[in-house]
Amino acid sequence: MNYSDTSIAASVTAPFLSLENVRKTYPGVVALDGFSMEVRPGEVIGLVGENGAGKSTLMKILGGVTTPDTGTITVDGTAHTGLTVEGSLGSGIAFVHQELNLFDNLDVAANIFFGREPLRAGPLKLVDRARLRTMVAPLLKRVGANFSADTPVAALSLAQQQMVEIAKALSIKARLVILDEPTSSLPLAETDKLLDVIKALKADGISVIFISHRLHEVERVADRVIVLRDGMLAGTLQKRDINHDQMVKLMIGRMLKEREKASEAARAPGAVALSAKAIRTPAYPSRPVDLDVRRGEILGLAGLVGSGRTELARVFFGIDGSLGGALERDGKPLVLGSAADAVAHGIFLVPEDRKLTGILLDLSIAQNISLPNLPAHARRSLVSASAEATTAEKQKSNLGIKAPSVQTRTGTLSGGNQQKVVLGKWLAMNPKVMILDEPTRGIDIGAKAEIYGLMRALADAGVAVLMISSDMEEVIGVSDRIAVMHEGQISGILDKEQFSQENVLLLAVGKQPK
Amino acid sequence: MSKKDLGLLILILVVGAVVTAINHRFLLPINLANTSNLIGLFGILSIGQAFVIITGGIELSVGSVVALLGTLFIDFIAVRGLDWPLAFVLIIALGAIIGLVHGWLITRLKLQPFVVTLCGLLIYRGVARFYTGDGTAGFAFGQNFPELEFLTAGRSWGVPNSFIALIVIAIVMWVVLHRSVFGRYLYAIGKNEEAAKYSGIRTGRVVMAAYVICGVLTALSAIYFAMYTRSISPASHGQFYELYAIAAAVLGGFSLRGGEGSLIGVILGTVLLQELQNLVNLLGIPSSLNFAVMGGVILIGVLVDQQWGVFRARRLMVDAARKNVAGAAAE
Repeated sequence: MNYSDTSIAASVTAPFLSLENVRKTYPGVVALDGFSMEVRPGEVIGLVGENGAGKSTLMKILGGVTTPDTGTITVDGTAHTGLTVEGSLGSGIAFVHQELNLFDNLDVAANIFFGREPLRAGPLKLVDRARLRTMVAPLLKRVGANFSADTPVAALSLAQQQMVEIAKALSIKARLVILDEPTSSLPLAETDKLLDVIKALKADGISVIFISHRLHEVERVADRVIVLRDGMLAGTLQKRDINHDQMVKLMIGRMLKEREKASEAARAPGAVALSAKAIRTPAYPSRPVDLDVRRGEILGLAGLVGSGRTELARVFFGIDGSLGGALERDGKPLVLGSAADAVAHGIFLVPEDRKLTGILLDLSIAQNISLPNLPAHARRSLVSASAEATTAEKQKSNLGIKAPSVQTRTGTLSGGNQQKVVLGKWLAMNPKVMILDEPTRGIDIGAKAEIYGLMRALADAGVAVLMISSDMEEVIGVSDRIAVMHEGQISGILDKEQFSQENVLLLAVGKQPK
Repeated sequence: MSKKDLGLLILILVVGAVVTAINHRFLLPINLANTSNLIGLFGILSIGQAFVIITGGIELSVGSVVALLGTLFIDFIAVRGLDWPLAFVLIIALGAIIGLVHGWLITRLKLQPFVVTLCGLLIYRGVARFYTGDGTAGFAFGQNFPELEFLTAGRSWGVPNSFIALIVIAIVMWVVLHRSVFGRYLYAIGKNEEAAKYSGIRTGRVVMAAYVICGVLTALSAIYFAMYTRSISPASHGQFYELYAIAAAVLGGFSLRGGEGSLIGVILGTVLLQELQNLVNLLGIPSSLNFAVMGGVILIGVLVDQQWGVFRARRLMVDAARKNVAGAAAE
């Protein structure tokens, strides 16, 4: 830490928020220990740390959801031992959560002023729609929204929905906006818009705490980075010291030798395992897609969110029917009526939304892993719990799933371990084609590296791996080839020597690579 | 047997003891036989309903199906002179078809179970009334079917055969629900249908099968009810039976959101409901209060169960916190 920097800044502006020696314990865990930080007006703080480092606890304390055991929180000059939800809101702290809290059946204006609608005079207390609109317009302008106040939220993209959340924060005259993993589900172009909004907030003197696993974005936008590790402050980086390697070093307490194990030499491409011939997905019925996935390769599928990648994966996995064209597996025609058909052909999908479609949170690890292949774990169609446990134990040790036993409910596991359960259920079944949709979203760095290793091991074993990802570093670091989608079509395929962020981006927006 | 089921069993025994203390006729063989006969009839119905509820669905047409298929069964054997085994097979097949149609509308055409089966409730009741011209279907004087009557309304060693039928069906269905691959699929779909589909389960077929099972068991109970009452006026026969079945499942620990409940639970739920009916009769409570008593007990039962869950969760947390403090002190 640089002492002189701090003191000069402090003499200019008093911090809006400061935490001193905050400690919070839960039964069995110390979530935060002797943690101190301060946020000055108009400052953008990057807050990073692996899952379980204490970020969520810190957020809960700032949001007034929980109170610290010891320590002081000073907001705008007033010291507290803990905040309440109302107190937090009242002093101008606003949250934009990773999972958005919008009503997608209502329009933008209704969402922003939900529960605080301007009312017309009279006994019926009807909503004054005209006034509502005039109140919303300047807020939307400030976040640079390109949509109107009466657009239904369901029609907005994720980034636009986040803008609505930020506008909502502005509407309560927020002085500190806390963004929790705002970009984790955003494609690149949309991320840029969001980062611009952050800069606009800063220009207005509003402080921002930006929590993200995407370190290059933190690098771009933060004035100062605070790194949490095991509930303690691992270090603070001033603007000029912020870079990827420093952050990672502080997060995990050591330097990673290489960022991702990039595959060494370009391999000899295997035979085509899965082939799409002029496939038309329901999302882009007029845009035929041609794509070959070869054995032994990791084919990265990049593109903006909404470019049709997930929809293509759904067709490959038999969830949606194709509106035209044909699929081939190992050169033979393939007709998929359901996911069950795809599974029967060795085509497996690790879906984008783990909790909704990847696993059953109420079932145990063993029950989740055996589910797609249950008849093989049964005798005379009666399920054998011991056969299930055997399969699950094997995957548990194989994948390093951290859980007390295979009978543990998957809902109690961390995101990384849940993802490993999803992988485990397919690995137990001898995959031929493995499709992974955003396989490392919301997963901490350690588990990410393990999942990359697994994908590589699968490819080395001759499996065709198709990885959909919006994380540029991941796509470039992990793939053998990169296919890029733009508005429902493959706009180009890059070979190893053409890999660069710029080329992927150019293709993603429909231009030619260099 | 889960803790929930055990609690329900204890409640049944306590209510039984209280009723016996007030009116000793509760334990008379004739009363027990009558009650267990009703348990058999309603139990078969409720198991079918349970299979649908476990998928997160609901089957509201049960009562009307009991009326329609009961009417048809009596008409087939008493008026049209069909052999009863043939009529039996026909009725079961009709039940299966009704279930199949419901399941098809729900899974393929994506209609809501509530809507589909509500329409079924109205349609089958109407058809039943039209079929008899709003008259009563019954046997002519002196018409007898000794084997059929023995199997449905008879007794073996003093135990009603309908009750024995329920036990046999319950054992089979217990294995299906709690031990078979199909049963696991039902639970998985009830918990999260999307995730089940993404695991390669043909969810549509499984859900359809649940409605077919419900249809078949309803048809079977329709025959039992018909042979028990021996005359059916389609305007009122079987009315509210779907609600008895749903109530039994809910009492037995089923969640209407799906994915939760046990076969023993639904049987115990049926037993408790019939015990309450019996209680109303034996304790001289005006029979007009019948439904009010049932509703009140179900509400209290669900409330106690839910509050108990909250209490237990809180106690676990306090325990964990105490252990943590003790551990810290020891260090």
